[in-house]
Amino acid sequence: MISADIQVALPELVIAVYAMLGLIGAVYTGKDKVAGALVWATAAVFLACAVWIGYGPDETRVAFGGSFIDDGFARFSKVVILVSAALVLVMSQEYMARRDLLRFEYPMLVALASVGMMVMVSAGDLIVLYMGLELQSLALYVVASLRRDSVKSTEAGLKYFVLGALSSGLLLYGASLTYGFAGTTLFSGIIEAASTEVPLGLLFGLVFLSAGFAFKVSAAPFHMWTPDVYEGAPTPVTAFFATAPKMAAMGLFARVMFDAFGGVTGDWQQIVAFLSVVSMFLGAIAAIGQTNIKRLMAYSSITHMGFALMGLAAGTAFGVQAMLVYMVIYIVMNVGTFAFILSMEKDGRPVTDIDALHNYSAREPLKALALLVLMFALAGVPPLVGFFGKFYVLRAAYDGGLAWLAVAGVIASVIAAFYYLRIVYYMYFGEEREALDKGGNAVLWTLLVGSAAVMVLGVVNLFGIEPLAAAAAETLVN
Amino acid sequence: MGNLLSLTTFFPLLGAAILALFLRGDDAAAQSNAKWVALATTVATFIISLFILFGFDPQDTGFQFVEDRDWLLGLSYRMGVDGISVLFVMLTTFLMPLTIAACWNVTHRVKDYMIAFLVLETLMLGVFMALDLVLFYLFFEGGLIPMFLIIGIWGGKDRIYASFKFFLYTFLGSVLMLVAMVVMFSQSGTTCIGACPEGVTGLLGYNFASETFPLFGIQIVGGLQTMLWLAFFASFAVKMPMWPVHTWLPDAHVQAPTAGSVVLAAILLKMGGYGFLRFSLPMFPIGTDVMAPLVLWLSAIAIVYTSLVALVQADMKKLIAYSSVAHMGFVTMGIFAVNQQGIDGAIFQMLSHGFISGALFLCVGVIYDRMHTREIDAYGGLVNRMPAYALIFMLFTMANVGLPGTSGFVGEFLTLMGVFQVNTWVAAVAATGVILSAAYALWLYRRVVMGDLIKESLKSITDMTGRERAIFAPLVVMTILLGVYPSLVTDIIGPSVENLISNVETAQAAYEPATQIAEIQE
Repeated sequence: MISADIQVALPELVIAVYAMLGLIGAVYTGKDKVAGALVWATAAVFLACAVWIGYGPDETRVAFGGSFIDDGFARFSKVVILVSAALVLVMSQEYMARRDLLRFEYPMLVALASVGMMVMVSAGDLIVLYMGLELQSLALYVVASLRRDSVKSTEAGLKYFVLGALSSGLLLYGASLTYGFAGTTLFSGIIEAASTEVPLGLLFGLVFLSAGFAFKVSAAPFHMWTPDVYEGAPTPVTAFFATAPKMAAMGLFARVMFDAFGGVTGDWQQIVAFLSVVSMFLGAIAAIGQTNIKRLMAYSSITHMGFALMGLAAGTAFGVQAMLVYMVIYIVMNVGTFAFILSMEKDGRPVTDIDALHNYSAREPLKALALLVLMFALAGVPPLVGFFGKFYVLRAAYDGGLAWLAVAGVIASVIAAFYYLRIVYYMYFGEEREALDKGGNAVLWTLLVGSAAVMVLGVVNLFGIEPLAAAAAETLVN
Repeated sequence: MGNLLSLTTFFPLLGAAILALFLRGDDAAAQSNAKWVALATTVATFIISLFILFGFDPQDTGFQFVEDRDWLLGLSYRMGVDGISVLFVMLTTFLMPLTIAACWNVTHRVKDYMIAFLVLETLMLGVFMALDLVLFYLFFEGGLIPMFLIIGIWGGKDRIYASFKFFLYTFLGSVLMLVAMVVMFSQSGTTCIGACPEGVTGLLGYNFASETFPLFGIQIVGGLQTMLWLAFFASFAVKMPMWPVHTWLPDAHVQAPTAGSVVLAAILLKMGGYGFLRFSLPMFPIGTDVMAPLVLWLSAIAIVYTSLVALVQADMKKLIAYSSVAHMGFVTMGIFAVNQQGIDGAIFQMLSHGFISGALFLCVGVIYDRMHTREIDAYGGLVNRMPAYALIFMLFTMANVGLPGTSGFVGEFLTLMGVFQVNTWVAAVAATGVILSAAYALWLYRRVVMGDLIKESLKSITDMTGRERAIFAPLVVMTILLGVYPSLVTDIIGPSVENLISNVETAQAAYEPATQIAEIQE
């Protein structure tokens, strides 16, 4: 019995055990000297687990009395989480080593956070949900303040922690209300209690839970931490925040909405649609004035989360599929963009001011071109793949009866286009200034150019992501 | 030759790839190589596209040279041409070599410049051939990227403002069209425009709901069709551009480099008109019926208003840009007259405007290259030093005015004739635009070319070089040829236009009795 349960959660266990062994091993051996090797090893473990999960049995398995679900949706999300975490680790290694930030705890904390994320998307119970969420969050609070001697970094960590604790409180409050009115913490029990008519208390529970999730996906009006944390955290950590945890939080949001409250779609649809429209506009408008590229990417991610939530708001299988496709495209774009941001240096010191990009294209034509492609992709301009993400969610929103949301979304995307264009403007139309350093390491270069190439070539068939996302969405919604 | 259209469309992209991958350095030799590769590519594209023209059967009103491949999300990669689009394809491939030849003097980032134009050519050709809604949108919007860069990198002093305005203006128009496309996809279950696989009704034959419904207390006559029509209108009206959403065009034109202006005026503006003919008219006949009076009046205002504005311009490019808006007014007017003369005239006007406005911008480019100013006041008496230039400029000024014997006349005359049958007042107002266009164009010509050569700086100006003459020669030929023998065009577009009009009229005829019955029942 128990062995069968463990079988289901084996990938999580493997990574958790790996993280703990790694911690102990590093403490007793070279400490920070082995950190570089640990980064690569962790990335390798992630990728191996991603392959393992991806090629695993194609069936829905439930473990621990229904509190842990391993279905197509969870597997899809886990693969995305692991691959993006691995890419971010690989990309951060050189940057952190040169700045003396590469401590052995970093890869281990990322590994633990990833375990938390994997648990989140597999959660079938409010308790498991909370455990996964907190495991992820606690690890992230620490990595946000990884640069201990920097005021900004510690401030970021502290802000993230305080606001994160608040959101966890909201979430717990929602969970307790839900438990009180449904009589169970199991999603399968809640969905029975909330099948036709929702008691008022359960509705409150739903609202508080949604607020907690909105904080985790950094959807407005719960986005306040995002720009500060993005700016303050070391850039590789920011890159990590922008990718895997977003996927996990989105996956969790969808999981709870469909598995626990799937019977009352109409009730949460309004909440999600509201979060979506506010995020899209707030992210688009607030980013206009930003001069720091990390803050800009923070607001950009808020806008993008708004779009992804648009898919979820549709409340249909196609909507979930659209959301998954959108998230994958979003992560690819962000990995590329952050690879670029990591390579922005002047005299060996990191630069995050977009002013520094003046006339960049004259010196680094290929990198500038790759970033140009990514910026247009982020803006959702066809024929780049970013457009298809938008097309999917717009279609889902219209089919879900939210035509107004689709119209609002495209208008927000025009506003958002402005600041992506501004980066292109600096790189291509700007005047001569003192230059950023040339060169940069091969890993960053590969990721940047690779993700730009994906944005261009994906137009052929999106690399076959569509049927996979469709299958994943089917398992969640039905 | 099953892939003729794809070959034509993507051939320029091949040239761009060769430039991007194999051309290194930025010395004079590399620049010259870049120009020659680009020129060779565009000429080859033109030659390939001739096969389309010669293989095209005007009597067949369906789509020809159809290609069809599956794509993601139930979309398909579907290309084809009919009588309406084939000449736009030809216009594009015909003008691109001239455009490339016109930027021979560029020295700043030549390779990138050529790549931008080649990519742009692919995207423009795709617009005219795409038979799938999303594929069309891809090409239609994709064109913004290279054009944004062309204006922004190689443009004039205020290029940044102009490029942002150009991009955001057109982007806002287009995203509304995107929402409409999503709605159409959901309603009809297909994105196929025409020449669809067995068992699928293409969007050209699909009846979108036209029952009146209330929206925020306003009764939307024509229902969904009117809403969709408006969304497409937002995109195409900006692209045309129609008054009052034309303000991006003068800015973009003035700041764009000469070749950019040529492409913008000659080809990109035509996408709006093509869009009206391909989407608005046949897919939303009821919406067209409801909204046509608005378009007719907007066009009439555009013709008179922008002609007056053109009169007072001090910048040559801006003057021609405003004249473009006025001429596009004739096009929209002709299209929404929805009769044979009107639409024939509109298409004719678009083609002829492609040659004439392109040539006029090139004329400005010729003297701009020598004097580096576009101020009208900086010139005067050029005829004394540049007789050949004076002749060419004269010819295209006259063509712009619509002198009989040039292609400009045929288009204006046909559209006015078409509109006269539908709305006499609009036709009367628009006809005054013909006089105004004579006023601003001739006055421009007088100030720049005629008179005594008194300005010191102009004393040493030289006449056109052999390269410049060679660029103008094909344009002169086309302008006069179409002016004296318009059947060349109307024979090709005639049957398709006839088919389009009969479809629209059938749908509108079916609608009117239905609404009358509904009213009686109330």
